Amino acid sequence: MTTLRIRDAVKRYPNGVEAVKGVSVDVGDGELVVFVGPSGCGKSTLLRMVAGLEEVTEGEIELSGRVVNALEPADRNIAMVFQNYALYPHMTVRGNLAYGLRNRGTPKPEIAAKVEEAARMLQIAEFLDRRPSQLSGGQRQRVAMGRAIVRDPAIFLFDEPLSNLDAKLRNQMRLEIKKLQRRLGRAAIYVTHDQVEAMTLADRIVVLNGGRIEQVGTPTEVYSRPASTFVASFIGAPPMNLVDAQLDDDGLQVAGQVVAHDSAHRGPVTLGIRPERAHLVAGGAGLDIEVAVVEELGAHRLIHAHLGGHEVTVAQSADEPVPAGRMVLSFRPEDLHLFDRGTGVRI
Amino acid sequence: MTRVRLTDHLVLILGVLLMMGPLVVAFLTSTHDHVEIHREGMQFTLGAEFAETYATVLTREGGFTGEITGLLMTQNSLILGIGFAVGKIVISMLAAYAIVYYRFPLGTFFFWVIFSTLLLPLEVRILPSYEVAQQLGLLNSYTGLIVPLIASATGTFFFRQFFKSVPDELLEAARIDGAGPVRFFFEILVPLSRTMIAAIFIIMFVVGWNQYLWPTIMTTEEQYFTLVRGIKNVMQQMIGADIPFYNEALAMAVLAMLPPAVVILVFQRMFIKGLVEQEK
Repeated sequence: MTTLRIRDAVKRYPNGVEAVKGVSVDVGDGELVVFVGPSGCGKSTLLRMVAGLEEVTEGEIELSGRVVNALEPADRNIAMVFQNYALYPHMTVRGNLAYGLRNRGTPKPEIAAKVEEAARMLQIAEFLDRRPSQLSGGQRQRVAMGRAIVRDPAIFLFDEPLSNLDAKLRNQMRLEIKKLQRRLGRAAIYVTHDQVEAMTLADRIVVLNGGRIEQVGTPTEVYSRPASTFVASFIGAPPMNLVDAQLDDDGLQVAGQVVAHDSAHRGPVTLGIRPERAHLVAGGAGLDIEVAVVEELGAHRLIHAHLGGHEVTVAQSADEPVPAGRMVLSFRPEDLHLFDRGTGVRI
Repeated sequence: MTRVRLTDHLVLILGVLLMMGPLVVAFLTSTHDHVEIHREGMQFTLGAEFAETYATVLTREGGFTGEITGLLMTQNSLILGIGFAVGKIVISMLAAYAIVYYRFPLGTFFFWVIFSTLLLPLEVRILPSYEVAQQLGLLNSYTGLIVPLIASATGTFFFRQFFKSVPDELLEAARIDGAGPVRFFFEILVPLSRTMIAAIFIIMFVVGWNQYLWPTIMTTEEQYFTLVRGIKNVMQQMIGADIPFYNEALAMAVLAMLPPAVVILVFQRMFIKGLVEQEK
């Protein structure tokens, strides 16, 4: 079953700017879909269209089998967690959690039960009578999630909920969100610009760029078979090395060197290789490169090297000897990604 | 924290003396007999007539018709001060709410129209205002005293700035929680604005309490007289009599000052909070 179906959604502002240019995505029952992309790619706008906070210019949003385009946010059976928490500062935590239910006319005993349950689940029971201003960032985030949980929605919408937390807390909360979502078994959309969050949380990732979908797939698919140079450079840290190359009858021409390649494609291409899939060896088959800078990161290190006029990054374990001078960049043929140089689309 | 120095205290003490001195003298003088005041001028000691003078001022039926007492004037002043402040707050909050949260054609234009009325204080438009109030039959009524004065560009401007600083996410969260425009206003915006409301209440209460010109032309019946007008009356009445009742006039002035002072004392913590702190 599908919880949410977005069909050809377009968002056009009165001044003619198109933030979302015809996007179709399905979110299955219990599935966590992450919208990821750089700022201004339309991911938040798309989420807000689902929430009903932005009007849909064209297309349809169908939630649990009914088109919700014309419905108010409160009538859509959604719950949203905001980036800045958006807690009501003058209400206690209990008041914050109960507010939506109270407005719906839920009976008081039922509200109390739901609030208690959510508070227990999120370990905020002891803060129920405090004001948001008396809570830490992480606790506020929990309250914001609690407010979403008590509504018992068909789908959870997360709008960069962790971006205001420090790095350590962010990792911890990320895991908790995932556990919670699994436990509740509800569909969720999670918007972020952080590709690490996207990779770790998602059942499926939707990579957006300039109001269009670049690729939809599981984290593994998006990582190992990026559909375009944009996805290739956006997903993965450090980003994939992209080098101009030429395919002809001899193989792949890179910076004056030739590597055997069995592609039937001919012409200018962009060659992509992940830093963690490339190796530096003293000799053998591969591309000659010149090591420039070595960055030690503890468990592993990054080596920045020159390949012709291009800079190439290689990641290797810190156990390996530190490379220096002229080395050979070696890789398995299946780890090479080829993209059309003009369109950036995968070949 | 810097160290507290003696000179700081001296400056502050001087300020207090300067501000409070005349009040104290007025109060002390008001407790003396009017003949004594007439003979010896302002008094610097506590006299024996405190209870008598103040009781007279509050309860004597004065004026030509004998309909007005000090107590009644205090009540009128309170009605004017509170009505004025509350009316201004209600009107300007609603106006600011419309301007900030509703996108209607020419919204900004209307805001500036409201704002430009700052250039047209009551004194400038007093004849047309009177004409309108008179045609509506509002002369000699509390409605007439209050309503023509409660449109407030200042209040609208303050509330507009405050509402603009309330994060949009709060509105969105409220929409998702099923709060319509009315609920959002009363259950989110009003509680958030309470320090702001307190601050504006203080200012407007004092302004309303001190109104002199408008009540003077709007009300001719003595039962609507306010304290501020009463002070003048006490003096005026006595012209022609042997010695003016200075003590009673001063007592009335002291009484007229008390309610605004009490309001400021009660609300001052919220007032300062409203000015310096944004609880969000």
